[in-house]
Amino acid sequence: MNINLTLIGQAISFTIFVWFCMRFIWPPVINALEARKKRIADGLADADAAKTERERAEQEAQQTAGQAREEASRILAQAERRASEIVAEARTTAKTEGERILTQAQEEIEKNTQQVREQLRGEVATLAVAGAEAVLQREVDAIDHADALEQLAERL
Amino acid sequence: MATEYATGADYIKHHLTNLTFGQYPDGSWGFAHSREQVEAMGFWAIHVDSMAWAVGLGILFLALFGHAARRATEDVPGGFQNAVEQIIEFIDGTVRDSFSHRNRMVAPLALCSFIWVFLMNLMDLVPVDWVPWAFSLAGVHYMKIVPTTDPNVTMGMSLSVFALVLYYSLRRKGIGGFLGELTLHPFSAKNPFLKALLIPINLFLEGVALLAKPVSHGLRLFGNLYAGEMIFILIALLPLWAQWTLSVPWAIFHVLVILLQAFIFMVLTVVYLNMAHDTGEH
Repeated sequence: MNINLTLIGQAISFTIFVWFCMRFIWPPVINALEARKKRIADGLADADAAKTERERAEQEAQQTAGQAREEASRILAQAERRASEIVAEARTTAKTEGERILTQAQEEIEKNTQQVREQLRGEVATLAVAGAEAVLQREVDAIDHADALEQLAERL
Repeated sequence: MATEYATGADYIKHHLTNLTFGQYPDGSWGFAHSREQVEAMGFWAIHVDSMAWAVGLGILFLALFGHAARRATEDVPGGFQNAVEQIIEFIDGTVRDSFSHRNRMVAPLALCSFIWVFLMNLMDLVPVDWVPWAFSLAGVHYMKIVPTTDPNVTMGMSLSVFALVLYYSLRRKGIGGFLGELTLHPFSAKNPFLKALLIPINLFLEGVALLAKPVSHGLRLFGNLYAGEMIFILIALLPLWAQWTLSVPWAIFHVLVILLQAFIFMVLTVVYLNMAHDTGEH
């Protein structure tokens, strides 16, 4: 085991190799590793952000849908209310109209009845007189018996 | 292969000798042809095989990782880029766990220690005779292909780390702070006289602790790999038909060792540098 110049030669080679390593090998590889690490971290962060964004959009969509549903039911209720209002209104109108027609008809009937009665009254008086004349075979003074005829006509 | 050598001891000796280029005692330069010549060359010699395999594997590592780094993109990585990224992320995680300061040199240093040491250790799994035999055909007598079984290599690395530890200690704490760390711990006293008395004791303890770091750092790696290599060489001395019964289990076990030792070397590098950065103020 002799110690000789090899010792110094090896020290020199070691120094040169380490220098080369430090200058040309370590930095590019470690930089590439760092860059890739950063890229992966960025990618993961992006994915996270996208996930959050999607959740937010989903929530928003749900909210919008809920609002639309609410609006629809509101409109439906309104329409129903309006419809029942219209029905009620129509019913009232019809009732009034009916009553009006009824009244008119009744008035007409009344008037006709009256008319007929008047007519009848006249005719009955004549008939009664004629009848009485015929029955009694005697002349009845229409003027004398007007009261009695009037009474008779009243009873019709 | 062992049969070519006169004795088992010769075979082992041969396989544990580096291809050494250096100065002969007579002043001329050349390759050593025997272990004795290697010894005689002393410090002014270089293990050509260790250096060549170490540098070659280092360049292989840089080429592979450089290729991946040049084409690194933040898009979907290909298979090879993915593998490199896995390793780099693993190292980055380990460094983050045990290094609590800001220094952009530590992580590349850890990567370089781990992969380079691992590749050098991996050579241990190449059957011990193949490469030396191939080189002997080319006329090269010695060829040790596992650089981390050479203490020069492991100590060269651990001493480089130690130099960084000293540099950062001085830069972060200043000379005063660093000396204070060496002399005022672990025993401290309020009384100035007692304090002065404790300085040599502290300096001795802390000095030993400080110097033990690079030595244990380098020798731990060397020792583990050297022992592993030695066992492979001893197994290779067995008759050919019996070798696999031992070499296969040992190789499988050794996969764990080479990976673990590379990892330990890296972690210790990071931990020592972390200690150098710690100013004691938290």
